Amino acid sequence: MKLKTLVTSLLAASVLAGNVLAADISLLNVSYDPTRELYQDFNAAFAKYWKAKTGDNVTINQSHGGSGKQARGIIDGLEADVATLALAYDVDALADKALIPPDWQKRLPNNASPYTSTIVFLVRKGNPKGIKDWNDLVKPDVAIITPNPKTSGGARWNYLAAWAYALEQPGGNETKAKEFVGQIFKNVKVLDSGARGATTTFVERGIGDVLLAWENEAYLSLKELGDKFEIVTPSLSILAEPPITVVDKTVDKHGTRKVAQAYLEYLYSAEGQEIAARNFYRPQDAKIAAKYAKQFAKTRLVTIDKSFGGWRNAQKVHFSDGGVFDQIYVPSGKR
Amino acid sequence: MAIRKRFSPLPGFGLSLGYTIFYLALIVLIPLSAVGAKTIGMGWEAFWAAVSNPRVVASYELSFGASLLAAAVNVVFGLIFAWVLVRYRFPGKGLVDALVDLPFALPTAVAGIALATIYAENGPIGSLLKPYGIEVAYNPNGVLLALIFIGLPFVVRTVQPVLADLEKEVEEAAAGLGASRWQTFVKVILPHVLPALLTGFAMAFARAVGEYGSVIFIAGNVPMVSEITPLMIITKLEQYDYAGATAVASVMLIFSFILLLIINGLQGWMQNRYSKGA
Repeated sequence: MKLKTLVTSLLAASVLAGNVLAADISLLNVSYDPTRELYQDFNAAFAKYWKAKTGDNVTINQSHGGSGKQARGIIDGLEADVATLALAYDVDALADKALIPPDWQKRLPNNASPYTSTIVFLVRKGNPKGIKDWNDLVKPDVAIITPNPKTSGGARWNYLAAWAYALEQPGGNETKAKEFVGQIFKNVKVLDSGARGATTTFVERGIGDVLLAWENEAYLSLKELGDKFEIVTPSLSILAEPPITVVDKTVDKHGTRKVAQAYLEYLYSAEGQEIAARNFYRPQDAKIAAKYAKQFAKTRLVTIDKSFGGWRNAQKVHFSDGGVFDQIYVPSGKR
Repeated sequence: MAIRKRFSPLPGFGLSLGYTIFYLALIVLIPLSAVGAKTIGMGWEAFWAAVSNPRVVASYELSFGASLLAAAVNVVFGLIFAWVLVRYRFPGKGLVDALVDLPFALPTAVAGIALATIYAENGPIGSLLKPYGIEVAYNPNGVLLALIFIGLPFVVRTVQPVLADLEKEVEEAAAGLGASRWQTFVKVILPHVLPALLTGFAMAFARAVGEYGSVIFIAGNVPMVSEITPLMIITKLEQYDYAGATAVASVMLIFSFILLLIINGLQGWMQNRYSKGA
């Protein structure tokens, strides 16, 4: 009888002690539109890993939206512990406001991008308009859906991929590239503000012949809606490197630097890479990449640094007010 | 001659006016002055470049044009609606009355998505219209449609009580004195409800100019064609161009303020004229 009491109280004490020792931590991951499914999977895996390693319970909250909007949210006071955005330019905006150091991109391997993606075409079943490559998009009877490059990170990759294609053609130059991209945007029927909106317009509303989409978003549509669509990978596309960072200002305030750092590093682990690949992101890890090689079509990928001199430059030339993208839409002579 | 202090039989004028001005400042003027402050900081040249950009100018035309048109459409149909609700009894009247307010309560994004679903080429109504070459969604028609949708309750709800006040006997008297139905409407009813109609018009218009959520889902958002001004403001914000965004916002505010001032003035003038004529 006494022994039983003793055991019970010991058990109770140990449970209590366990509760005291295991901290409950919560992190906020502010991300862009199409990473919802990826981070749902990854967060569960990381919570399990962290519990096993430290005994702490970590809950990760996710916030998704257009990449630019999300970065602006963080600047305006959204307390993100980590930011996982669509392009380096949006993370640079955080550095400009001194929320993170200027050399943030050097803090993690592979330009702080644990996974990459690219831009592909999603077309309707049977590819009725015979769209094979970028030059098929300028045919007059092709209706294109893409988000607006001014508001969507993914759309900037779309635009730059088209530009790079035109540049790489025999006799290609800046003037021809501008004309080519201009023709593409003449065929754009709806410019949504974010990647998810554009996917909805194309998939649910049935507007357009081709959707310029993130590769992972295209595969996800295919997985969910099966045989109504096909993916066409163009002969040349752009290597999209969605970067990640700890938001120093927030983690120092919350005291979450250690777990936030581990969270990002875990994306580079075998399991993190595997989860990325399962969600149709191209993994950086060579072994995992080989395992999932069949999943991703082989194509030539140009980089933003080599073809456009980095994001800041690309942003200034193409997407700033009065930049090339604006010139495409504004009739000449009016300006 | 000294100014005589006029005695008012109503108490508490000073206190209530003071409170009104304080409240107006706190809720309306101070937040709006932040828009002005950001704009002043940017210099005239940058301001002008931001607000006179051809894309932005095209968006003013669409935003204000579609808003005026939508408010005008709502005046016509809102009046009919209010008329039906006031003058006739029919089964389900209470339900119809409550339905009018739905656009007030619905999150605008939901309204936009619903409208886009129905009027898209593959939607239930859009697919019926398509064979006739009528495309509603993803062009300026879509903007107009969304603005009509959100503006309807404003007209109905401002006109309805005024119509209810107008006794049926007045119309019967007009008819008894030999007025035709058309004359009764134009000479008796219309002057009575016109100030309320104008108020409804002004409110529907003001709401439409600022509307964002429902429009972007159905507009198509193509530069120079179907971009509304609030979208231009958001676009600028997404590019971290806070000053440019507030510059466009301030132009929009000034336009709206002038238009509302004109409508209010017109309304006051009409009310005067009507009460003198009566």
